[in-house]
Amino acid sequence: MLEIEGLNAYYGRAHILHGVGFSMGRGEVLALMGRNGAGKSTTMKAVMGLVPPQAGRVTFEGHTIVGREPFEIARLGIGYVPEERRVFSELSVMENLSVAQRPKREGAPHWTPERLFQLFPNLGRMRDRPGGAMSGGEQQMLTIARTLMGNPKLVLLDEPSEGLAPVIVEEMAKTILALKGEGLSVLISEQNLHFAGSVADRATIIEKGLIRFTGTMDELKADEAVRAQYLSV
Amino acid sequence: MIDLIFAQTLNGLASASSLFLVACGLSIIFGVTRIVNFAHGSFYMLGAYLAFTLVSRFGPADALGFWGGVLLAAVIVAALGALVEIVILRRIYQAPELFQLLATFGLVLMVQDIALGIWGPEDKLGPRAPGFKSFVVLMGSRFPSYELFLIVVGPIMLGLLWFLFQKTRWGTLVRAATQDREMVGALGVNQRLLFTSVFAFGAGLAALGGALQLPREAVNLHMDLSMISEAFVVVVVGGLGSVTGAYLAAVLIGIIHAFGILIFPKITLVLVFLVMAVVLVIKPYGLMGKRPVGSAHAHGPVEPLLLPASHNVKLIGLAALAVLLLAPFVVADHWLLTLTELSIFALFAASLHFMMGPGGMASFGHAAYFGLGAYGAALAVKWLGMPMVPALAFAPFLAGIAGVIFGWFCVRLSGVYLAMLTLAFAQIAWATAFQWVDVTGGDNGILGVWPAAWAAPKLVYYYLALAVCVVAILALRIIVFAPFGYALRAGRDSPLRSEAIGLPVMRIQWIAFIIAAVAAGIAGALFAFFKGSVFPTYMAIPRSVDGLLMVLLGGVQTVSGPIVGAFAFMGLQEQLMKATMYWRFVMGASIVLLVILFPRGLVGTALAFAERRREAEPAAPVTATPEPAR
Repeated sequence: MLEIEGLNAYYGRAHILHGVGFSMGRGEVLALMGRNGAGKSTTMKAVMGLVPPQAGRVTFEGHTIVGREPFEIARLGIGYVPEERRVFSELSVMENLSVAQRPKREGAPHWTPERLFQLFPNLGRMRDRPGGAMSGGEQQMLTIARTLMGNPKLVLLDEPSEGLAPVIVEEMAKTILALKGEGLSVLISEQNLHFAGSVADRATIIEKGLIRFTGTMDELKADEAVRAQYLSV
Repeated sequence: MIDLIFAQTLNGLASASSLFLVACGLSIIFGVTRIVNFAHGSFYMLGAYLAFTLVSRFGPADALGFWGGVLLAAVIVAALGALVEIVILRRIYQAPELFQLLATFGLVLMVQDIALGIWGPEDKLGPRAPGFKSFVVLMGSRFPSYELFLIVVGPIMLGLLWFLFQKTRWGTLVRAATQDREMVGALGVNQRLLFTSVFAFGAGLAALGGALQLPREAVNLHMDLSMISEAFVVVVVGGLGSVTGAYLAAVLIGIIHAFGILIFPKITLVLVFLVMAVVLVIKPYGLMGKRPVGSAHAHGPVEPLLLPASHNVKLIGLAALAVLLLAPFVVADHWLLTLTELSIFALFAASLHFMMGPGGMASFGHAAYFGLGAYGAALAVKWLGMPMVPALAFAPFLAGIAGVIFGWFCVRLSGVYLAMLTLAFAQIAWATAFQWVDVTGGDNGILGVWPAAWAAPKLVYYYLALAVCVVAILALRIIVFAPFGYALRAGRDSPLRSEAIGLPVMRIQWIAFIIAAVAAGIAGALFAFFKGSVFPTYMAIPRSVDGLLMVLLGGVQTVSGPIVGAFAFMGLQEQLMKATMYWRFVMGASIVLLVILFPRGLVGTALAFAERRREAEPAAPVTATPEPAR
């Protein structure tokens, strides 16, 4: 469903991605792992067109998406949940959801605010609250819900567990599994092996802008050397 | 007395409505596109002119003809706005803020000449609105019913806009994009369409504001700049991005104007300034505004390091100086005048650069200090009877005092807020010179500001101006590379860290502001004796923009750039003015083209080009050091 090959991206003059490549299948949860600054977020932004890739190929369901505008990529069915959440703080929960609303999409689950409130009951109790007046965990739920309003087939989740209380991290894991249950593909970037292990089928490890390992979660858990080299702090 | 107060209040409310419409459009456009649209006053003016033409054609006596003409004018200008956004602005969203601003100022120049070409230089008196021709007697005084209508228009538009922004999907998208436009795009919203529609909507609002003024005052070619500076004041006082704030501020400014004319007819704009100052001290981001999130340097390439001149650059500088010193022996006599003027403007540009480059404070109103220097010299000669040399020494103090006062307010803000504030202050200085006829001679200026007998020959005055300018420019350079200059740049690049290591960032910026004002004042004083007269136009907006053009043309990233820019710009302008009556149009179009072709500026584009070439070489070193600028 998503194929990436030889992806190169820059932030100003800094060369961040040096030829990243991996692919993921329909309905799969793939964990993009690596330390801070390894290039996880940049990979997601490059896929989304937010950091225009300088070289490389990205195809989504057969469409080449390099060089397209972020809104066009989103309309193809890729949803992006940024690391910094970026909730519209002056808009209410309902308004935040309505910004991202897109028509029903063939081959993807169809979301309405009511359906999302079943998945995130907290949000349903604060429909008119401004995004800026919510806790970090609630904001994280809202960004995911907001992205789902676009009825995506693939969701890019950038460090969803970061800075959240353990109870909420557990809730997050359940949410991701529920999305997988709906048939969504999810690419999550993650530093925490335990969290990644609880939701992902496979993992791919990025270090200094290059992919160093790709395999199933079990293979990664068994490979002490790889974990020590690329994941331990 | 009570009835007079009542009448003036109504007057103020009536004039607030158009101001509100214009400021509101400006604010919304800035919120979404982050472009400070200098051309917004031009849309206002076009709205008024178009309404004049359409209403005359449709029949001014007929209600449908009149109101149809007014609305159609707004719609046509909205369409023009969409065209401008698609053809010009869309190409420069990635450019640094100041370049965007320059492009919109290029539009101002173009629209001025288009309006001149179509409607001619005479003022156009519009018809009175059908159904609102009579007077209403309120509390014993007669009051035009059209004024009452305008008073009602304000709150009605406020209500409509509130509904639009709170209750429609388009309004929600606009509010979301005002906060985080990139995220809105990543959520699948077509940004291009949103930006175009917002720009068209804002332009239409401004045009409606202009068209509604038709029965109230004559349409003229100066409406654009006088409106844009007031709209800036309203936006700064009300708070960027707030519709309600814009309305409150427009009412406040409108009422102050109305009462100011009654009580202090000469200094109404000074009153406006005082109120703005009070508001900004209490609420730095305006009545309803919020502190802007994110960094001030949102886009544009990282500024290269400023380095002292290398051996080669010093040699080139010395050679240029030698050429300037020897020029009088070679060139024809009238060239001496041009060279004198160029030297003066090189200092003016260098002083602006000092503030913008190392200081990081973009000024839209630098001509104020130039003009105050000129007026300082002229007033010293006329009222104090000073000879030239003491007058030249005295004049920069006037500019410096203005720098002390204006700067104190300006350094409290940053980015666009600061820039808008500098423009508002410049307008106040201009208005003072224009309105305070007893002292400044108003529009007629002050004549007979001639140099002392020994300096009167062109050749002597040229050497005098050259000497003063070279010394002042070198002094600015020395300051840039002194510890004060380092502290100034540190404060620009990272205010928080600078504060943390004990640098009083605001005070340093304030001092830099004053230094730049004094340097501009020196240039202005030299200019006054050079021309023999001073006029309010010395501190009008176009002169400030001239300064910006010189600095940006040469490159804000280099210390010697503005000097080169001043020479290039003055030469270009002189040739254009000789070549065509519509030189403003050509000038404006060239500015727009320059910004579109070189969105990073001439020097920035050259640096990027050099870098690409270096990277293309196979053996390029991995640890590339940033290109030092001189």
